[in-house]
Amino acid sequence: MTLVNVSRRGFLVGIASSGALVLAARLIPKALYTDAVSAAGGQDSAFHPGVFFGLDTDGTVYIVAHRSEMGTGIRTSLPLVVADELDADWKRVRVEQAAGDARYGNQDTDGSWSIRGFFEVMREAGATGRMMLMQAAAQQWGVPVSECETDLHTVIHKASGRKAGYGELAAAAAKLPVPKKEDLKFKSKEAYRYIGKGMPSFDLTNLCSGHAIYGMDIRVDGMLYASIERSPVLGGKVKTFDDKQALLVKGVRQTVSIDPFTPPHGMQALGGIAVIADNTWSAMQGRKKLKVEWDDSSHAVYNSQSFKNELEDTARKPGKAARTVGDVDAEFAKGGKIMEASYYAPHLAHASMEPPVAVADFRNGKITVWCSTQDPQGLQEVVGKAVGVSKENVLCHVPLLGGGFGRKSMHDVAAEAVILSKKVGSPVKVAWSREDDIKFDYFHAVSAMYMKAALDSQGKPTAWLQRSVFTPIGSTFDVKAQYGGNFEMCMGWTDMPFDVPNIRVENGPATAHVRIGWLRSVANIYHAFAVQSFANELAYAANREPLEYLLELIGPARSVDMKGVDYPNYNASLDTYPVDTGRLRRVTEMAAEKAGWGKKKMAKGTGMGIAAHRSFLTYVATVVEVEVSDQGDIRIPRVETVVDLGTVVNPEITRAQFEGAAVFGTSLALMGEITAKDGVIEQSNFNDYPVARIYEAPYHTNVHIVESSAPPAGVGEPGVPPFAPALCNAIFAATGKRIRELPIAKTSLTT
Amino acid sequence: MVKLKVNGVEQSFTGDPDMPLLWYLRDVLGLTGTKYGCGIALCGACTVHKDGKAARSCITPMSAVAGSQVVTIEGIGEHGLHAVQKAWIATNVPQCGFCQSGQIMQAVSFLESNHNPSDKDIETAMAGNICRCGTYQRIRAAIKSAAGGAA
Repeated sequence: MTLVNVSRRGFLVGIASSGALVLAARLIPKALYTDAVSAAGGQDSAFHPGVFFGLDTDGTVYIVAHRSEMGTGIRTSLPLVVADELDADWKRVRVEQAAGDARYGNQDTDGSWSIRGFFEVMREAGATGRMMLMQAAAQQWGVPVSECETDLHTVIHKASGRKAGYGELAAAAAKLPVPKKEDLKFKSKEAYRYIGKGMPSFDLTNLCSGHAIYGMDIRVDGMLYASIERSPVLGGKVKTFDDKQALLVKGVRQTVSIDPFTPPHGMQALGGIAVIADNTWSAMQGRKKLKVEWDDSSHAVYNSQSFKNELEDTARKPGKAARTVGDVDAEFAKGGKIMEASYYAPHLAHASMEPPVAVADFRNGKITVWCSTQDPQGLQEVVGKAVGVSKENVLCHVPLLGGGFGRKSMHDVAAEAVILSKKVGSPVKVAWSREDDIKFDYFHAVSAMYMKAALDSQGKPTAWLQRSVFTPIGSTFDVKAQYGGNFEMCMGWTDMPFDVPNIRVENGPATAHVRIGWLRSVANIYHAFAVQSFANELAYAANREPLEYLLELIGPARSVDMKGVDYPNYNASLDTYPVDTGRLRRVTEMAAEKAGWGKKKMAKGTGMGIAAHRSFLTYVATVVEVEVSDQGDIRIPRVETVVDLGTVVNPEITRAQFEGAAVFGTSLALMGEITAKDGVIEQSNFNDYPVARIYEAPYHTNVHIVESSAPPAGVGEPGVPPFAPALCNAIFAATGKRIRELPIAKTSLTT
Repeated sequence: MVKLKVNGVEQSFTGDPDMPLLWYLRDVLGLTGTKYGCGIALCGACTVHKDGKAARSCITPMSAVAGSQVVTIEGIGEHGLHAVQKAWIATNVPQCGFCQSGQIMQAVSFLESNHNPSDKDIETAMAGNICRCGTYQRIRAAIKSAAGGAA
């Protein structure tokens, strides 16, 4: 990483007091960002990974959050790392949200990798600033810098008893060259003030007072509001439309047609007829009065009922092998006890509380967008392409996200807004209704898994075959894509961790007829459901205690051999982040212990289930306790989750993420299902696409974080995958009924 | 013309009397703390107080608030933050925070009629407010702590 001291380049003119210290380009309150871009004049195009900070002469420290805040606390946790190495007083820190800019490196806030990807970069940024402040003080005092130290926003020279506040030193520090990385002094782990201890969300008060600004809350002078009627079938085109009645609605200004996309749909606007009005309500009312006839596309063949049968058939036929150990066929041919099971998991919708929304202002070939996006740089590209403008001419501001869960890595809504702004000649806000959100989501893949094992006389598997078939995310970007990408196959499938001598992992083809996208923990959801449910089924088939059996399957502590497997490992090195069965084993044992597994007496209709899963480089084991009434109603009084995610920056926020993951898991396990009939999505709002409410969610989720100094791993997603299988295993323990199809609501549990 | 008070300030509205209060607050008055989440009173994100009681502003037409006192999340704390907001902060309730205006408005209204709520009372009172991030156990804890503080 190259840190450039930019305070001498005039970036801060009119921004902070003259003489302020600023490291690198994007240390600037966002309102002044535009000036900063022109000040940079293109000369500063070197790659600057990570976050940088600024220090004003009044001692205020500005730290830039370059990742999107959707509730994971990243806008707090990464700046906290800078503040720690800087030895700054958090009370004097202001977090400024970055706009989209390639100089930050990848800003796509997905894949649970923000801390992992930027922990060291942030430390270096903070340590650099601290060193420069110590050097400035040493110069002023005429003492060696090695005799200087810091304590909370102050440089100290103990021998002479001198002290200087950071603000007083800012001007002098700004004149210094940036020290080399090898000259920096990093804090020891013991000296961390914030890392591992954490701080509440920087935005906490605003989040509770109604003053937090989300994408939906953006208001721009002269802004008009759009509501868009889109083809109910993916790729349908407008045959005829009549807007006479729509134009009579008070507040409606005009209607505008958006061209249909050219396949693959990617992140393009879906196409349709937009009603432009003075406010949201008028736009929605006008849209209801539109009369549009659609030419359906080839996707009108999509029926979830028959598609399920097709998927399950495909899953029973040989597929593409993605990992092979030994020879499962030879082992199956020997006969003995053979177990088979099929699992199914439906499409899901993200249903973030804030539906997709964007404001775009197209002016003289330049575009400004305000969007609650997970990926502002990706947005720059998509939005630019939608109206033939280069991405450099797209400025993307990132307000808070009212939830994301992967949906907001897609930029179709921003593309709609910019197309409309260009046509209308005013800034336009496109706010999707909940119905739009449910019907036109980038859905979580629908999937079928076929599992087969041969058991020896002790009931231990000697061969393990697993085959998944799902509508791949690749289909969004390539109309021909039918097989899972390596990034999907690596999610709990090719890295199936069990200690079995013969293993084959396969994938079969599926054709998507709706848009498919990433949803919190992605392919791990259905893969963990199949692997962890099947392991539990085998335990009962072998007449074994399920926890003991699961531990035996995980086997001795080792790195799972991934040689010859196309295994991206969440874009991390396998040397630093191996598939470590020792860590998986430990979280499993700890979760059982916390839950009182095998010790707590379970009443009739109650049960405990366990599942363990590694995803996003984090090891999680979850025990779910369930109560099933005679009427088949499910209550989840308690969840114990043990998490090993290496170094933790913000434990309280981390715990909250895993508490939330249990609720997200409850929604998808108990009730989540999106279906299509003749290509049209059948659900529309929370009445027919329910998500867990307070009385359905686990009553209490206890999250235990394993002490570790291993490199940091993921937080936002890895809590989700083990939840559904742990719950289904608990239901089996409570009722003897095996759930092989999600959501559980489709199976009667009445006794 | 519809006359009403919003957070103690007199307002008059001459637009479509069928327009839901939600859009009047957000688009006309610029009070964006009140959120849209579903438009049909299924999620509670739009909850405000109408004449002292929790109401879903997304299905409350302007014609129904003539002469009413409407209080939004921005107006709930007479002197700084309301006790329920303080409890929310102390319990670190919010994740994305989008639903929390509605959750807090519902909780404030509920706690005015129940100073010592049981788990069951809380579940019943808060059943209409969805949090997709899954902060329910902290919501429950915050409500209990606010109730304890008030008692």
